[in-house]
Amino acid sequence: MARVLISLPKARKGEVVEIRTLIQHPMETGYRPKGDGTSFPRDIIQNFVCKLNDTEVFRADLFPAISANPFIAFTIKAAQGGTMTFSWTDDQGRSQTETADFVVE
Amino acid sequence: MKRPAAFALALLWATPLIGGTAFGQTPDARRSGFEEMSRESQAMQRDDTANPGMFAVLDGEELWKAKAGSAGASCADCHGNAETSMKGVAARYPSFSAVRNAPVDLQGQINICRETRQHASPLPLEGHDLLALTAYVGRQSRGMPIAPPDDVRLEPFRRQGEALYKMRQGQLNFSCANCHEDHAGQSLAGSLIPQGHPSGYPLYRLEWQGIGSLQRRLRGCLVGVRAEPYSYGAPEYIALELFLMSRATGMSVETPAVRP
Repeated sequence: MARVLISLPKARKGEVVEIRTLIQHPMETGYRPKGDGTSFPRDIIQNFVCKLNDTEVFRADLFPAISANPFIAFTIKAAQGGTMTFSWTDDQGRSQTETADFVVE
Repeated sequence: MKRPAAFALALLWATPLIGGTAFGQTPDARRSGFEEMSRESQAMQRDDTANPGMFAVLDGEELWKAKAGSAGASCADCHGNAETSMKGVAARYPSFSAVRNAPVDLQGQINICRETRQHASPLPLEGHDLLALTAYVGRQSRGMPIAPPDDVRLEPFRRQGEALYKMRQGQLNFSCANCHEDHAGQSLAGSLIPQGHPSGYPLYRLEWQGIGSLQRRLRGCLVGVRAEPYSYGAPEYIALELFLMSRATGMSVETPAVRP
């Protein structure tokens, strides 16, 4: 579906690391006029969830004021490594999931 | 006592050399729009996983390999690996096209290729596919100095571009030079006026929330001074691009850049 760019650095145990994600999405607000009296229908990403080995570590709800191609960065304390799952769900019910290995040394 | 003083003097002499200035030359006062941006926007451009322009580059990479037109050929079939064959190409456009008998920019050249080699319809100007391909080709020159070709056939067009750059137009009666030469570094409402060096096109503009070409940027300025903008692909735009690129000779290509 959409393109995703993820920056997931290697971490030492106990270190605080910043994880950065960028997803391609128009984030149509629903307020932009079409020119015929109606507006372009709203199509935004509603939420973003990040899980580490099926345990939720970060969640965000998104709203129409957020720009196209939303960039979400957050920090976690590296306690254990494993598979990190990132998923985005939009207004049309489309959902995208990406996985990456989180290496903790 | 005399020696340390001489040494200090030598150091004073050497300092501007480190800044890239040779003897007898004035220091380069040209600044890319990158240097005028906020630290956050700079970080966004530097990091390929945070730069939204990279989406266009990745789309362009896919299009580079995709077969198109009745010839069933992809860009890669002729040009091979873009990382080697397209290195430095974006730094020397606009160039003179023998096919059109006129200067063309990179987007124009891609469309010439589509028509003559792939036998496909040209991609719409300012459309996503053409911008993506241009961004992908431009990305291969990132970090290289802008090097306009030394071609006499381009000279009249470059002069036309310079004249357009200095020509007052629109209801506000401003030329490009009025802002970008006379008042560069000052502000226009809340925004800083850059010197207007086209080093990172096509670029991701936060205001556009998308990728756009230099022609779109020029169009924005023309509308800003309430002049009638030229249509995309107009020879006036190509002439302006030629002049602006020669003005930025030696500056680094930043494609895909990020601007506010």
